[in-house]
Amino acid sequence: MKCRTCRKPAIIDLPRHNANFCAEHLQQLCRRQVEKAIHDHRMFVPSDHLLVAVSGGKDSLAVWDILHELGYRTTGLYIALGIGEYSHESQTFAQDFATRRGLPLVIESLRDDHGFDVPTAARATGRVPCSACGMSKRHIFDRVARDGGYGAVVTGHNLDDEAAVLFGNALRWDVEYLARQLPVLPARGGFPRKAKPLVRLTERETAAWCIVRGIDYIVDECPMAAGNKHLAYKGALNLIEEESPGAKASYYLGFLERMAPLLSGLSAQQADELHTCSRCGSPTGAESADDGSAVCAFCRLSEKARGHEPVPVEMLMRRSARRAAAKENRT
Amino acid sequence: MRVLLRNPRREITIDGRRRVHALLTELGLSREAHLVIRNGELVPGDGELSDDDEIEIRPVISGG
Repeated sequence: MKCRTCRKPAIIDLPRHNANFCAEHLQQLCRRQVEKAIHDHRMFVPSDHLLVAVSGGKDSLAVWDILHELGYRTTGLYIALGIGEYSHESQTFAQDFATRRGLPLVIESLRDDHGFDVPTAARATGRVPCSACGMSKRHIFDRVARDGGYGAVVTGHNLDDEAAVLFGNALRWDVEYLARQLPVLPARGGFPRKAKPLVRLTERETAAWCIVRGIDYIVDECPMAAGNKHLAYKGALNLIEEESPGAKASYYLGFLERMAPLLSGLSAQQADELHTCSRCGSPTGAESADDGSAVCAFCRLSEKARGHEPVPVEMLMRRSARRAAAKENRT
Repeated sequence: MRVLLRNPRREITIDGRRRVHALLTELGLSREAHLVIRNGELVPGDGELSDDDEIEIRPVISGG
């Protein structure tokens, strides 16, 4: 296999581009796709100070690396979620990356700063762990960005992530979520601007970026995510992609181009329904009580979880393993 | 060849030369969801793997 650009030996085949690339031109492709996403969706401008949400995984470290290389001013934010050894390892990868690049990294701990962790929150509230985790992370990203005056929060969501979420939302025809599923969300009512510069890159491409750039990242899957629907949707879409290369890009980018504009009225309507959390002062879509006060979802979750005895991650993993075994026996 | 698989981490031995795509198919792994690494470098789909190779098949799907 030869590189499409320079005809040197290729290191990767990308069927969706009907092409193969060497390490140098794979990086060129990735940079160009990120620049195009930033430009086409007006994500941010060069003078913005960007807060990059980093997990220690391939996508967040790749987007931080690419933005830094493109000359953007960036600060990383890592949130210690208290998911046992997985959290310790992922924090080490985030810190090592920041140290090697000489980039600032803010670290916030759910347990130390908020009095609970993800396994405990999941058990205390009866939510699935990914739901408690996602809500906590979004709340902290928003607050740190607001307090620090950052121009935007950047996340490492890639094309596969967005296509899988779109697939799930379309299966349920959840038009409210579909209307909000955009690669950039403007700042509004105290929420910071949010941008996803990797939406034009698949996760095979972001992983390849990390490997050719020598970026070490946590490869192991989060033990709390095993068996979640998001992974199942990704598996289904990859089956289609193998039969029809480019299907995922066509599905998601086609949605942005042709369907999202039709839903923009609904998106604008949702923007009007914000209150201020009476506990933490954050903006919230939660309904206000009779006295006019509202409590955001994070404060409600945090109040329940703080009063609960800490739950070791292994306990939830054993429970999900039993559920998976029972599901397999049924099928 | 020695093959390191992840999630969960385990090692298997495969006898005989193979191309990367053939190995993934044999193991029932999606080409779209994996990369093959030999000595720290990516190997493309038509790359040939020999008996002496030590490779890692790295999944690229993450569930967050």
